[in-house]
Amino acid sequence: MAEISVNPTRMEMKKLQVRYTTARRGHKLLKDKRDELMRQFLDIVREDKELREKVEERLALSYGSFSVAAAVSSPEMLREALIMPKKEGELNVSYKNLMSVTVPEFDYRTTGEGGMNYGMAFTSGELDASVRELGEIMSDLVRMAQLEKTAQLLAEEIEKTRRRVNALEYIMMPRYLEGIKKIKMKLEENERGNLTRLMKVKDMMVKKTLEAKHEDIFTEDEN
Amino acid sequence: MYKIGIIGDRDSVLGFMALGFTVFDVESADEARACLRDAARGGDFAVIFVTEKIAMQIEDEIDKYKDMPMPAIVSVPGRDGTTGYGMENIRTAALRAVGADILFGGKD
Repeated sequence: MAEISVNPTRMEMKKLQVRYTTARRGHKLLKDKRDELMRQFLDIVREDKELREKVEERLALSYGSFSVAAAVSSPEMLREALIMPKKEGELNVSYKNLMSVTVPEFDYRTTGEGGMNYGMAFTSGELDASVRELGEIMSDLVRMAQLEKTAQLLAEEIEKTRRRVNALEYIMMPRYLEGIKKIKMKLEENERGNLTRLMKVKDMMVKKTLEAKHEDIFTEDEN
Repeated sequence: MYKIGIIGDRDSVLGFMALGFTVFDVESADEARACLRDAARGGDFAVIFVTEKIAMQIEDEIDKYKDMPMPAIVSVPGRDGTTGYGMENIRTAALRAVGADILFGGKD
């Protein structure tokens, strides 16, 4: 771990202590955020997984009938039949704030009368089945798109938050603690140094006065 | 009011035309890449579906839009059936978020 070099003063120690408290509070908040994001994310992913399984299965059915339809009619005719949709989908997007992540919400509505947009005469029945099947999974498809987008955005945010939590927990906080401890030890060391010095000085002073007194006595005796 | 687009090979995407999708039938990955770029930059599209086969080839282009709220680019299986690529994507997202494979672990 990188050492931080600080002046061993009480001022510096106070500063470090404040930073440590802030870091600890931030760490707790971010951790809570991460946990909540994770909970939401897992819900979404679970739903998305189920939905995708369903959609994929039904899409396969639709493709199946479409292949048959494509086999019995010419590509030009198919295109012509499909090119003018009778149903019109309306997709509105609103944004939702999910734990400070902006996620889109899709609202899909079909307008226009139902039924087929082409005549029955030139196309095969399989095409009808295929288109109907697609129409039915339409809202699921849109929902799936929303879920998947949300999952991606949340995943990014979770990753970011997780990194921050880890940086605080394993780098910043220990570093501050280390700094505080170092200063404390240095200060104590100084204190002890000071104390011994004082004791030494006092010893010397006592010795001096004693010697002075001693000398006095001797000189008195001589007189 | 936004549009929904689908990019993929002709046979897969044609059916979606009947639903009012904007259909881009593409033959090569480069073409798909250009289509996606145009569609995504234009801002008209909220959702762009891409068939799995194409999505695999233009993954780098798709990843550019991953962290933006719009458009949502979602892979759907093409005509040849699912390749599991879509599921793989969910799994990757979960892996990215959690740091461990907890949802799909051990299943396949």
